[in-house]
Amino acid sequence: MHGFANPKRFLSLARWLTPLLLLSGLVLAGAALVWGLFVVPPDRLMGETVRILFLHVPTAWLGMGGWTAIAIASGVYLVWRHPLADLAARAAAVPGMIFTAVCLATGSIWGRPTWGTWWVWDGRLTSMLVLLFLYFGYIALAQAVAREGGSSRIPAIFGLVGAINIPIINRSVVWWNSLHQPPSITAGKSAIDAEFLVPLLIAVLGFSLIFGGVVLARMRALLGDIQAEARLRRKASEAA
Amino acid sequence: MREALDQWDFVIAAYAVGIVATLALVAWAWWDMKRAERRREEARRK
Repeated sequence: MHGFANPKRFLSLARWLTPLLLLSGLVLAGAALVWGLFVVPPDRLMGETVRILFLHVPTAWLGMGGWTAIAIASGVYLVWRHPLADLAARAAAVPGMIFTAVCLATGSIWGRPTWGTWWVWDGRLTSMLVLLFLYFGYIALAQAVAREGGSSRIPAIFGLVGAINIPIINRSVVWWNSLHQPPSITAGKSAIDAEFLVPLLIAVLGFSLIFGGVVLARMRALLGDIQAEARLRRKASEAA
Repeated sequence: MREALDQWDFVIAAYAVGIVATLALVAWAWWDMKRAERRREEARRK
């Protein structure tokens, strides 16, 4: 892992991996969504609205996965001070925030015909909304630190502390009464029929590849800006 | 009385939100990466 902390080595890897992840992710996610829309039969209880599953579940997984990535990268940054770990944490924030927002929006749209309401203040929905606000806070803090030149340890500590919300989201439907259904997929077991499960897993894989590609693209963008700033500063000091 | 809802309207709305947001995210991330790498190359040449 230490070897990839070298920006040159990271860039040589990311240059071919970024388009590969994005393209394969778009193809797989697109295929899974078409499958979910036109091939999968309507569910006995939820009817046609079950098709929202193929968007809602991957985005929920990546909303939580995004913050888990922030927490792991923040931990690596705080322990080993790898600058690329700090960039990785910052790079995961925007895609994580977007997928959390899409998860909340699609869940709300799904809730209206199945529960009869757009929103309920139960454990799952509220903790997911808290996650969205944590993303807002992290992005604002990381941008302020980058602009004002403060220590990157501050957003890293925020990233680690915010991770407390992830197990709360995961267990919320078990701990509290909720309109939201309990977990359908647990380690090694699934309550979902294969007819729905196969396209769902392809959608999760496709959206995860898109997420990985976007994180690499964000890391390259952040690194490019930092290197450009450093070069311009060095040239300005040489000219003075 | 329970109101009649066309379930497809909700499916289409959810897919529109998800697809537009994902494509916009990918396009923005790609464009911003290219902009930053162009800026680094320009700084190197100056």
